[in-house]
Amino acid sequence: MAKHIQTIVKANLSATVKTGGCGNCQTSCQSACKTSCTVGNQVCVK
Amino acid sequence: MLNFKELEGYNFKKNVHCFQQGDLLIGYDVNSGSIHLLDEETFLILKTLEDVNSTEGHLSQEALEKALRLAGNFTHNETVSEILVELEELRQEGTLFSGEPEQIAAVYPEKPIVKAICLHVAHDCNLRCEYCFAGTGAFGGSRTLMDLETGKRGIDFVLAASRHRDHCEVDFFGGEPLINFGVVKALVDYGKKAARAQNKTIKFTLTTNGVLLNEEIQNFLEEEEISVVLSLDGRPEIHDRMRPHADGRGSYGEVVPRIQQFTSLRPKTSPYAIGTYYYVRGTYTHFNCDFDRDVLHMADLGIQQISVEPVVAGPQDPYAFQEGDLAKIYEAYDRLGEAILERRAQGRGFNFFHFNVALDNGPCLHKRLSGCGAGHEYVAISPEGDLYPCHQFVGQEAFRLGSLYDQDPLELKADLVREFRTANIYAKPTCQDCWARFACSGGCHAANTAFTQKLTEVYELGCKLQRKRLEVALYVKIKEIQQNCDEL
Ligand code: SF4
Ligand code: SF4
Repeated sequence: MAKHIQTIVKANLSATVKTGGCGNCQTSCQSACKTSCTVGNQVCVK
Repeated sequence: MLNFKELEGYNFKKNVHCFQQGDLLIGYDVNSGSIHLLDEETFLILKTLEDVNSTEGHLSQEALEKALRLAGNFTHNETVSEILVELEELRQEGTLFSGEPEQIAAVYPEKPIVKAICLHVAHDCNLRCEYCFAGTGAFGGSRTLMDLETGKRGIDFVLAASRHRDHCEVDFFGGEPLINFGVVKALVDYGKKAARAQNKTIKFTLTTNGVLLNEEIQNFLEEEEISVVLSLDGRPEIHDRMRPHADGRGSYGEVVPRIQQFTSLRPKTSPYAIGTYYYVRGTYTHFNCDFDRDVLHMADLGIQQISVEPVVAGPQDPYAFQEGDLAKIYEAYDRLGEAILERRAQGRGFNFFHFNVALDNGPCLHKRLSGCGAGHEYVAISPEGDLYPCHQFVGQEAFRLGSLYDQDPLELKADLVREFRTANIYAKPTCQDCWARFACSGGCHAANTAFTQKLTEVYELGCKLQRKRLEVALYVKIKEIQQNCDEL
């Protein structure tokens, strides 16, 4: 067990360059008047 | 030991973000999306490395030594060695100091695939909200309602323009779309049938101020499984100041019971707006930089899904943020983060949309690069059938993409489409070096052009708020994970 660093989330976003891009996810608009949703707030539908 | 040779030339500042939020020291690895909790010594080492890296432009053994000298308090070489070993483990694992993904030049088909439309069914409104970008509902034009024929053409447009994509989205927007409820109703019926005939589905959403949301309409939205975005700004005095009727009367008193009634029909709404959802959204301005109190007010009304966002306003507007507001807004986000955690621990939790980050099943990099897709995946349609990159551009002639009444409506103005398609984070100098780039995807084109007149320059205040929200969001998530572990 590491003493100084505790990993909370192990992710591999870069790899999705190869696997992603299906385009089925919702559109995301970040303006206040609308869905105000940035991509960071979404989940992948795959 | 950390392999500095491997880190030669690594841009630390843009790729690893270390920050303190509440009592946590957090290290966020931008390219992998991994998150680490750091102890004080590690935080200090990483922070100093970051500083050195940004002044000297790269990382090196000397930089580290200098960092350690500066830190001064590392008399224990043992500790330093331990940390360097741990850092190297993470580096090898790819969860810290991870490499930048290859820049994917998104390959787009020559003709855009538009999968979502925003139908402006009413350029008219029963309220006169101060900050409405629509110029209190009329979008700089006259007050008009979309007729059924134009709406149908809009639906035909998205079904055709989405080509091989099976899922389309249609948002009823305005002004206030419920002013034109008859047309909305007919279009849902038309849209469902037309989609079915082509083996597609349309997901409908509707954005409303709630004034006309009577039982009949509520039932319709329920039966047809239409997602609904409701507007409420928070405390009565805050809401009424910005969202009055034409005669100056506030609207809080009439919309709140309707919103409460409707939201209670959907207790199981997904916090990530999946399926048929609702959420209640508000706008905060200079007048309520303590908007955390508005969010909590809404939660106290029993509303579970809440989104409250900063207004985008020109400096001449009285409600625009002023010098000194930023610190207050940051504090409000800090307080809100703590309040949410506290309420969740007490079993009275609610969702604040911007603190929802899907840590390990968030969208792929392609999505994170393309962002909102305005102008090529998403278009807005005015009551007259004119096409624009998104609802915020409606009525701006320079941004008109075409019309549903053109001979071939699918033939959108190619240079505009190209401009929007290519305005991703790699085209924006500020975004290229921003640690929040994969969560933000380059900000809002409409806000960016309004402030900088360019699609590739960013609206800086928006960036500051974006980054702050993300920090608090990561903090809240980590705390939740810790809380859950404690409960196990
Ligand atoms: S440009 Fe801005 S307002 Fe328009 S869709 Fe994109 S994020 Fe939303
Ligand atoms: S718009 Fe601002 S916050 Fe978003 S990625 Fe670009 S620089 Fe970062």
